[in-house]
Amino acid sequence: MKFGVIVFPGSNCDHDAYHVISKHVGQPVDFIWHRDTDLGTYDALIIPGGFSYGDYLRAGALARFSPVMAEVRKFAARGRFVLGICNGFQILCEAGLLPGALIRNRDLHFICDHVFVRSETSDTPFTNEVEPGSVLRLPIAHAEGNYVCDDVTFAELRDQDRIVFRYCDANGEVTERANPNGSRDNIAGICNRTRNVLGLMPHPERACEDLLGSSDGRNIFRSLAATLAATAA
Amino acid sequence: MKAKVYVKLKPGVLDPQGKAIQHSVELLGFDGIADVRQGKYFEIALDSSLSDEQAHDAVSRMAREVLSNPIIEDYRVEIEA
Repeated sequence: MKFGVIVFPGSNCDHDAYHVISKHVGQPVDFIWHRDTDLGTYDALIIPGGFSYGDYLRAGALARFSPVMAEVRKFAARGRFVLGICNGFQILCEAGLLPGALIRNRDLHFICDHVFVRSETSDTPFTNEVEPGSVLRLPIAHAEGNYVCDDVTFAELRDQDRIVFRYCDANGEVTERANPNGSRDNIAGICNRTRNVLGLMPHPERACEDLLGSSDGRNIFRSLAATLAATAA
Repeated sequence: MKAKVYVKLKPGVLDPQGKAIQHSVELLGFDGIADVRQGKYFEIALDSSLSDEQAHDAVSRMAREVLSNPIIEDYRVEIEA
C-alpha cells in the first residue's frame, strides 16, 4: 500500500503526516507537489494541515484550483481513500468533495489546544478499528473550524451516519461547552456519501506519540492501514 | 471597463468579525448600531472589447466559482463602462 501527502504552498503539517505514515504505519509514502497530476500509484492520499496559499480569499479556496485537485477528485471517484486534516478538510469542502463549509471560529480566536472528540461510527475506512463512542484526545490548531451546513445537508449527514467525529468532554458527553469553535452539532469530522473521503479539523497526525501528549491519533491511521491491507488481500 | 463584486455572508451565517467590529465602534462612542456584517469587495479590470452582457456573465461565473462560497455567501456583480 502506498500513501501520498499532497503539498501546497503553505502546507505545514505535511512532514508530520509523512512521519506518521513512514514510522507508525510503516508504509511507503511520497510527498506530492500540488502541480503533479500522476496519482496512479497511490492507494490513499492525505491532504495535510497548514495555510495553503496563505488562506487568501477563504481557507482552502485557492488550493482547490491547484492542478492536483482535479486528479484528487478522480481518485476519490474511483473509491480510493482521501483524508483531509484541518486545512485539508477546508480544501475538501471548498472543492465540493465534502458538503458544508468551515467559517471563522465563533469566538474569533485562533485556537491551539488539545480537545476531546468522540468517534461516532466505525463504519468508515478511517475508524473501523475505533469503537463507536470512544473518546480521542487530539490537538486542534485553527481559526476557521466552525462547521456550517444547511438543514438538508445536516439531516443527510446525520441520517447516513456520516458525522464521524464530534467535540465532547473528557467523559464523551457532547456539550456546548466542549464545542471549541461553534461547529454545528459539535461536528469535528465528516465523510462523503461513499465513505472514502474523510475531513476533520483535529490533527491525528500530531497525536501519534505519547511524548507529544497523546497517541490517540494512531487509531485513525491504523484503521486506514487495516482497510488497505484488507482491500489488497 | 471595470467589474465590481460584492461578497457577503448569507443572512443567518454567524459573523464573529462583524460582531467584534460592532463592539469596537461602540467603544468609540457610536451607539444605535443594530448589527455589523463584514464582507469582501473586488475590483476587476476587464478588456474593453467585452459587451456588458459578456462581462456580466464572465464575472458572475468568477464570483460564483471562486470569489464566493455559495454555501455561506451571496454575491452581487456590477459592471462599469
